Amino acid sequence: MAERQAQGRPEAAALPPAIELRGISKAFGPVQANGDISVRVARGTIHGIVGENGAGKSTLMSILYGFYRADAGEILIGGRPTPIPDSQSAIRAGIGMVFQHFKLVPNFTVLENVVLGAEEGALLRPSLARARRELTRLAEDYELDVDPDALVEDLSVGHQQRVEILKALYRQADILILDEPTGVLTPAEADHLFRILKGLKAQGKTIVLITHKLREIMEITDEVSVMRRGEMVATVRTEATSPEALAELMVGRKVLLRVDKAPAAPGRTVLEIEDLRVRDGHGVERLKGVSLTLRAGEILGIAGVAGNGQSELLELLGGIAQGTGRVRLNGTELDLSGRGCNGRARRAAGIAHVPEDRQHLGMILDFAAWENVAFGYQDAPEYRAGRFFMDNDALRAECEGKMARFDVRPPLPALAGKNFSGGNQQKLIVAREIERNPDLLLIGQPTRGVDIGAIEFIHKQIVALRDAGKAILLVSVELDEIMSLSDRIAVMFDGRIMGLRDPARTDERELGLMMAGMDGTRGAA
Amino acid sequence: MMDLPTLLQILDSTIRLGTPLLLACLAGLFSERAGIFDIGLEGKMLAAAFLSAAVAFVTGSVWLGLVAGIVASLLMSAIHGLASITFRGNQLISGVAINFLASGLTVLLGQYWFALGGRTPSLEGAARFAPITLPFAEELRGVPVLGPVYRELISGHTALVYVALLAVPASWWLLYRTRFGLRLRAVGENPAAVDTAGVSVVGIRYAAVAICGLLTGLAGAYLACSLSAGFVKEMTAGRGYIALAALIFAKWRPWQALGATMLFGLLEAVANRYQSLNLWGLPLPVQFMQALPYILTVIILAGFVGKAIPPRAGGQPYVKER
Amino acid sequence: MERMPAWADALLVPLISLAVAFAISSGVILAIGENPWEALKIMVTGALGSSYGWGYTLYYATNFIFTGLAVAVAFHASLFNIGGEGQATLGGLGVALACLFVPWPHWSLALIGAAAMGAAFGAAWAAVPAWLQARRGSHIVITTIMFNFIAASLLNYVLVNVLRPTGSMDPATARFPGATSLPGIGDMLTAVGIPFAKTTPANVTLFIALGACFLVWALIWRTRLGYEIRAFGKSEKAAVYAGISPVRITMLAMLISGALAGLMAINNVMGEAERLVLNSVEGAGFIGIAVALMGRSHPFGVLLAALLFGFLYQGGAELALWTSIPRELITVIQALVILFTGALDNMVRQPVEALFLRARKGAK
Repeated sequence: MAERQAQGRPEAAALPPAIELRGISKAFGPVQANGDISVRVARGTIHGIVGENGAGKSTLMSILYGFYRADAGEILIGGRPTPIPDSQSAIRAGIGMVFQHFKLVPNFTVLENVVLGAEEGALLRPSLARARRELTRLAEDYELDVDPDALVEDLSVGHQQRVEILKALYRQADILILDEPTGVLTPAEADHLFRILKGLKAQGKTIVLITHKLREIMEITDEVSVMRRGEMVATVRTEATSPEALAELMVGRKVLLRVDKAPAAPGRTVLEIEDLRVRDGHGVERLKGVSLTLRAGEILGIAGVAGNGQSELLELLGGIAQGTGRVRLNGTELDLSGRGCNGRARRAAGIAHVPEDRQHLGMILDFAAWENVAFGYQDAPEYRAGRFFMDNDALRAECEGKMARFDVRPPLPALAGKNFSGGNQQKLIVAREIERNPDLLLIGQPTRGVDIGAIEFIHKQIVALRDAGKAILLVSVELDEIMSLSDRIAVMFDGRIMGLRDPARTDERELGLMMAGMDGTRGAA
Repeated sequence: MMDLPTLLQILDSTIRLGTPLLLACLAGLFSERAGIFDIGLEGKMLAAAFLSAAVAFVTGSVWLGLVAGIVASLLMSAIHGLASITFRGNQLISGVAINFLASGLTVLLGQYWFALGGRTPSLEGAARFAPITLPFAEELRGVPVLGPVYRELISGHTALVYVALLAVPASWWLLYRTRFGLRLRAVGENPAAVDTAGVSVVGIRYAAVAICGLLTGLAGAYLACSLSAGFVKEMTAGRGYIALAALIFAKWRPWQALGATMLFGLLEAVANRYQSLNLWGLPLPVQFMQALPYILTVIILAGFVGKAIPPRAGGQPYVKER
Repeated sequence: MERMPAWADALLVPLISLAVAFAISSGVILAIGENPWEALKIMVTGALGSSYGWGYTLYYATNFIFTGLAVAVAFHASLFNIGGEGQATLGGLGVALACLFVPWPHWSLALIGAAAMGAAFGAAWAAVPAWLQARRGSHIVITTIMFNFIAASLLNYVLVNVLRPTGSMDPATARFPGATSLPGIGDMLTAVGIPFAKTTPANVTLFIALGACFLVWALIWRTRLGYEIRAFGKSEKAAVYAGISPVRITMLAMLISGALAGLMAINNVMGEAERLVLNSVEGAGFIGIAVALMGRSHPFGVLLAALLFGFLYQGGAELALWTSIPRELITVIQALVILFTGALDNMVRQPVEALFLRARKGAK
């Protein structure tokens, strides 16, 4: 290990850096995704970029690949200022990108996918023949063997990723950017990928690796840059740092939001989960055997970087997705894959669900606030007038009441959902779900995109529900939120529970390590 | 049982009736393979049929008519491209609009120019496509079976029939053997793959829509200047929709398109010739024969017999996202 | 957050689209050497200048209200039902069977029976494409188009081989019994002392159409089913979160849509022709698309748009009578309305939005 790191930076200092970004800024509306970012990536090195979700890593790389245009700043490739207005320019500048979501044509062969956009002439045959020779060579050089005539849709995810890398290499990329490349890979596939990357580095290629997994950073990178809230907070040599130090840089020393809450008084068991498994549309297992129990009067916080199975867990419990395993709510088994697996049945069983994606799941943006008050509860007797009709007057009154009780602004029931700010949308949804008085509340990212005042308010409501003896399953990527609200913390990584912790006896550094797939060190809760 | 001359006659009219379907079907194939649904084939054909007949009559040259017909359907294609590519509108609604536009404008202009209630005057002589006698058609007439087949069935069609038949291998070659074809197919499956490879999605899609216009132009000109002798109101009579059905039936592939359109041409030929058929004791009314292409398409669409999977990005405007 | 006020979205944009469509139509009239202003005058006089004209205008409008509502209900569920033509054709068959084979004692009972049969047949014809969409994922636009043609062939067969009276050469049913004859608007208005032409085809069905507008409005904005249809139409994902079954909503929305299209037959088949003929729908199913698009899928908008198209149809007929402009001018206008209010919506909307944004910035 030491040996590898020693040769990590060869004669790089003499040459201009492969990539230099100077003062890159990019805003989406009011959100500053990248603020004045400067970084140098030395030639022939593997450079890691780490940060939490929404830290701005992907935006920065999309700017480098010409997918977005920076509002300000300058890009230098090999020391020369290189404007990159589109992907074509990026390819010309020798940059290749492996996106998190592959950009492949599923019913094309590997060869066709590699050639697409980089054909040599109007006829395909010569291009394909050349690509076939080139692929054979690349396969030998870098362990990148894929059957050139296989259809991409028949390949495993790991092989599809190799096709993406081959595409970049075929275009003679000197710089390869990989965005969360191991998110979809098995450990064996990930190891293989790392061998490939090391081989590429040995051939003088420059690699930028975007990831949230510290183990990978430590294992393979020469240098690492840490991003936090759209800014580049540090760039350090990997051998001179530690996972603990990086975790701290990533998370930052945030001011802990104080939530006044009494110690929990957990009662009977409300929710028992055994060996939950969910596969996504591509057949990839996203939930790999999760077991948990949750008792009345307690908040169980699930920490983790987005995309590690938390969403699937919420959706399965909420009746949106299907899966396997066993779930008992108050002793009654829930249907996880049949006709009884739907939102209606879950609500009837006593589960309320504040979904992570409040704009696309939690409400209909074009519906008025009072209509959204009934969303999911359109069958509720108190919202109905007779068998067929809805009691719109009752709904408007209910909405007014909720707006007053939850301080939704502006308190206008007729205003469309899309015209409320994120915080007020969330208050409306939280009001709707909490006031149903559920036995179990599922709540995902309760304060994402919500202003400070509303955060405090929503947190208080969650605690109040707990104190009323209800069970709450909280999913959040905000560690401080998990820390301040939870009575117990479960950390999820790669579709599994990494461990359970008592918030009083752990800290952000330990949780950060667990979230990055490294074992925590202290005692379990 | 039917005799050889009858069979040859039926097969001959199968080719004649199948040709416009084939051209329109290939037109739709290019458009839909690039991800642009086109239910406006009917309208484009109608517009082309009208303008080709009108110009052929006025100039006395069927070739000028052909050019005019192509221009007419290219204009319709341009509207479709503007709506569905540039302004990211609903491709289906745009197709419906184009069908009505052609249906109305052809009669309106026809009445204005010729005052015959929307018809064009009958085309004669050089204003119509002339049948082409292939070499040795006369010499080989004595050869049993093959002679009549060559003379009656293969020889003696107008130029556009042969163009349509040649368009099948040409389309296949263009789609599967050229750079353009690769990009076109990719754009209909995953435009993001083409975009990140540094190729313009919009450019490819407009090119596909233009090819679609060219081929529907040929189809329309054939209808008015070869199959018939002049334009008649609503003369496409649902052929654009049958071509669409054939396209699904062929699962968006050129050779299969030839098979599907000729099958539907055969159904039409048989329905034209017999008022009712008795197939193994089962009486088949002529209306059933007419409806058969549509029924078959629904069955194929339902996925009970070999599921037809349309191009994955079909019908969706491309919006760049990471 | 709002790009432009609601009134601009609901009124200004469609009106601008309509204005563009009519401007181009005027250009077309000019291009064929006629005077658009004169043409408009003839249309207004012919369609609205007499009770006779009004009778026809309202008759056409009644057809378009039904087909427009049919398309609108499906639109609310994000389903594009191009099959109104076929569903109305089948509705005609249902109405004809009800009128021919049941000895109705009075027209009012016949109307109820025929309406039920028409709606049932229309709904049944929509049910197959709906089921294929919901369960098999077959694209409903293509299947409903196919079902239009299948319906035409089916009707042709039934009229020629089954329902045609012996000895008749005409592919049509026998004339319906006198007891099923619906009272015309003229009779009804004259009875209460308002003079109105008696020879027009407008009949009591108009009131059923108005009632259907109200019922659809209540369905969409007052009932639980309507709530679920709208939610499903806005976002299928969110609907699933809310426990709404996509299969159930797809089926119900299409059944209602098909039933509305089928109901049209009590106007044209029972009220006007009093027998079933080939192609009795005469494209009204397709006009429903233009009507629904222009009316922004709101029953009140559909009513107004149907009246406009009723006016265009009657006016177009008058135009064809008095000038050399053929009726097909209306088809062109219809196409342009669909194009600008439907497919090219963004072309009109984007500049209007930009204008509002600039105005707002200026105000700040």
